[in-house]
Amino acid sequence: MTSSQINAPAEGEHVKPQADHADRAKTVVQRIADLRAWLFLAVLIVGFEAWSRLSFGGTFIFNGFNLQSIAIFAVAPLLLATGQTFVIISGGIDLSMGFIMGLAAVVAAHAINTFTPGLGLPLAVLLGGIIAVAVACIPGIINGLLVSRLKVPPFIGTLGMFGVARGVAFLLAGGTTVPVSNSFFATIGNGRIFNVPYIVIITAIFVLGMHYLLGQTRFGQHNYAIGANVKAASRCGINIKSHLLRLYILSAACAGLAGVLYAARFNAGAAQAGEPLLLDSVAAVVIGGASLFGGSGTIIGTVAGAFVIAVIQYGLVFVNVEPFWQFISVGVVIIISVLIDQAQRRFSGGRQDE
Amino acid sequence: MNSGTQPLLEVNNLSKHFGAVRALDDFSMVIQPGEVVALAGDNGAGKTTLIKTISGVFRPSSGEVKLKGEPVSFATPQEARDKGIETIYQDLALADNLSIGANIFLGREPMTRKLGFIPVLDRKKMADAARDTMALLDFHVSRMEAPVSNFSGGQRQAVAIGRAVYWNAQILIMDEPTAALGVPEQRKVISLIHQLKKQGRGIIFISHNLQDIFAVSDRIVVLRRGVMAGERKISETTHDEVVKLMVGG
Repeated sequence: MTSSQINAPAEGEHVKPQADHADRAKTVVQRIADLRAWLFLAVLIVGFEAWSRLSFGGTFIFNGFNLQSIAIFAVAPLLLATGQTFVIISGGIDLSMGFIMGLAAVVAAHAINTFTPGLGLPLAVLLGGIIAVAVACIPGIINGLLVSRLKVPPFIGTLGMFGVARGVAFLLAGGTTVPVSNSFFATIGNGRIFNVPYIVIITAIFVLGMHYLLGQTRFGQHNYAIGANVKAASRCGINIKSHLLRLYILSAACAGLAGVLYAARFNAGAAQAGEPLLLDSVAAVVIGGASLFGGSGTIIGTVAGAFVIAVIQYGLVFVNVEPFWQFISVGVVIIISVLIDQAQRRFSGGRQDE
Repeated sequence: MNSGTQPLLEVNNLSKHFGAVRALDDFSMVIQPGEVVALAGDNGAGKTTLIKTISGVFRPSSGEVKLKGEPVSFATPQEARDKGIETIYQDLALADNLSIGANIFLGREPMTRKLGFIPVLDRKKMADAARDTMALLDFHVSRMEAPVSNFSGGQRQAVAIGRAVYWNAQILIMDEPTAALGVPEQRKVISLIHQLKKQGRGIIFISHNLQDIFAVSDRIVVLRRGVMAGERKISETTHDEVVKLMVGG
């Protein structure tokens, strides 16, 4: 359809501006698709609000405690999902994030316990946190080297690291959870200012930084380009190997931060901390509009995706539905989301049908 | 044409051997500013080897390449590009999800500062440069921020050419630029090549399509089994003669 719309230009003649076509391609379907995570979120909130009023005569969303709980629910999956967003946009996937998070939680617990007697409360937390994130970066480096240098498919390379990080985390934890005794750390994990939990504030600032990194820097731009066309990116002088290495370190660092905040919240490090969150993180990215084929996705979308999952999980508990419905609901939302994405591609794929 | 001026590109006695295979043997040619030279030949005649040797993908086994009279030697395609020799590949080498500006600047994005201290991509500069460059190619788009996947094949070809033009390529090597396009789109690319010619750039144009070759080129160089089979001015030759040179009749 595209080529036939263009007048055959004689030499020097202008090609018709492309606006009509491009704007028409932006059909209703596409607009819905772009905003689908927010639409899901709106529908869920309205639905739970109605349900809550009808069943209990109380509000769901205009309740400060509920909002807080949903935000706290969303922290860990959102941190994993921001890192995962970068990886998925590049056309890869990082399956090891869940256990890297657990590894970081265990390391943070041990390190803070070790430093607390000598360094005092805040300094021990700071140093322990930094060490935990640094240790989390080690599997990230290995992932990056596997994918960039040894050309291991990301799915397989990070699956291997999933096992390694899992084993190491359980070994370090001695097969159990590691309690932390540092009241400053506990305050970070459970304290709040103006009713906003600290861990939510830390997460918000971090996610904002990641949004900037993806949208406003060369690193982010190259990430999109690599996801769309590695060959093109490489021909334009982008160093693919070093980009991929930094990318997997970044996703591991996100998991590391999630692990530290987990340890703060529960006052303990657990190797299985991130186990159920990995697939939630992928789901958040996909619901947020990214394509698993790479090249598209945004942090804003992922934030919406993570909240969709958090609202489903918390909302179903709130309205007193058996927890197993959570899995079904999240699964259905993922499938609907991907169907919308595919419909959108069919409507906007003008180039293919030339 | 222009035989009195300094040639843009000279290829002297260039050979490239792969083991015992002489992919290119003692080949010489010259390109003047504003000249379009078509490279023709059957599959395996050495066209690709020749352009890869000129553009820094291969090192020549012997012989030399001179750019504006200066002997040059490239270790990588990037070095050739920095000196102004740009290859536009058949598969376009665009990132489909990015805008025209982002594609032009891919790998060399300009930065600016927000609020005086936060470094951010200079999208305005990219969009402005894209608009100017595309206007130079007589190509007008209203939505500069749209991803290039929204555009047609010919327009995407124009974006790839625009990138070369923006970075001041003096020699453009175009490998089958019209192969994947419909007829109106092919005409657009041909008119783009005329624009580049007017700007005094040199173009090496590889095509299997004799009609395109005759529509756009000043000269045609025919390769056969790695050697020069003949060189003709387009105005002094015919389709039949070129085909004969190609097949060795």
